[in-house]
Amino acid sequence: MTAVTSERTATGKRGDQPPVPDGAVTVTVRVQRFNPETDSEPRWESFGVPALPTDRVLNLLHYVKWYLDGTLTFRRSCAHGICGSDAMQINGVNRLACKVLVKDLLAGGGKHTTITVAPIKGLPVNKDLLVDMEPFMEAFRAVKPFLITYGNEPTRERIQSAADRERFDDTTKCILCACCTTSCPVFWNEGSYFGPAAIVNAHRFIFDSRDEGAEERLDILNDAEGVWRCRTTFNCTDACPRGIQVTKAIQEVKRALLFRR
Amino acid sequence: MTLALDKPRSPRRPAARRGNFEMISWLFMRISGLALIVLVLGHLFIMNILDGGVHRINFAFVAGRWSSPFWQFWDLAMLWLAEIHGGNGLRTVINDYARKDSTRFWLKIMLYVSMVLILALGSYVIFTFDATIPAN
Repeated sequence: MTAVTSERTATGKRGDQPPVPDGAVTVTVRVQRFNPETDSEPRWESFGVPALPTDRVLNLLHYVKWYLDGTLTFRRSCAHGICGSDAMQINGVNRLACKVLVKDLLAGGGKHTTITVAPIKGLPVNKDLLVDMEPFMEAFRAVKPFLITYGNEPTRERIQSAADRERFDDTTKCILCACCTTSCPVFWNEGSYFGPAAIVNAHRFIFDSRDEGAEERLDILNDAEGVWRCRTTFNCTDACPRGIQVTKAIQEVKRALLFRR
Repeated sequence: MTLALDKPRSPRRPAARRGNFEMISWLFMRISGLALIVLVLGHLFIMNILDGGVHRINFAFVAGRWSSPFWQFWDLAMLWLAEIHGGNGLRTVINDYARKDSTRFWLKIMLYVSMVLILALGSYVIFTFDATIPAN
């Protein structure tokens, strides 16, 4: 017998397909592809992939990339829902591919399952599922997501009560995956709205008792591109893989703006 | 948020505060919306349901209502609140959906012109209504 081929090509293909495990069903993975060098428009491509119910969508994408088409391009780093790299639109909703299980997407009644995967909307697509995150990060930087203090630095750490910490606990969970911002219909109109993620990260500092930059951040978010463009559609809250109450955080910033003087 | 110490290393306070226009328009939508629920539902009730409803509406009916400052004020408030509420709503729709700056600009110009015309005409009629002119 020949040794198992494990050679890696330049595209990331890993050679022959591995044996199909027991209990696997073949599902169709329908991926939106875009190659800027050859395509003028995105196109759809389908792959038959053997999947276990316990597989994640990311496993299916790996299968496609490693054994079927090495040119498939997507981001992923930790693959465990921490880094926020693999946000994509799965069956029409923004999710992390590493947190969606195949068993939750299987069609009932023995019907064939098709899983649709597309890049997150509202950001320029570089290739396939890979989007340019720069507009998103630009909005994030614009709200000054870092501690701002004035006066002399304390000689010890900055003490905070448990209740003060609790005040902004929810918004510390953000991993900047862009699921919320790219599910927001207002953000889809480019360049007109900071987006939920930036407001969440502003909220994290505005309501931090140690921070003294709340006024500056509130002024930034009071602008035409700020919180007042929120239409309260709750898409962001539904999309957040960390379960952050995003729309609530935006409402709290609105309230802070209304009652600050 | 009061600062206990002076701010020796503070570069500067935030640049001149940008306007509160977006906040005020957001607040206006909420307040005018609440007021319009009362004004419009009351208007519809009087016009369509009370005392035989729409069948009794004629010149005399309108003249009789507008002889009272209360109904003049009611209709004037309804006109201004509804027009600005709707106009502001359309402004945000245009901001959300217009793709080109020039499209956005011209759509807004059309919107503002139509708002001014309707407000001016409506207010003119309410203020100068003359019940003594012949009915036809």
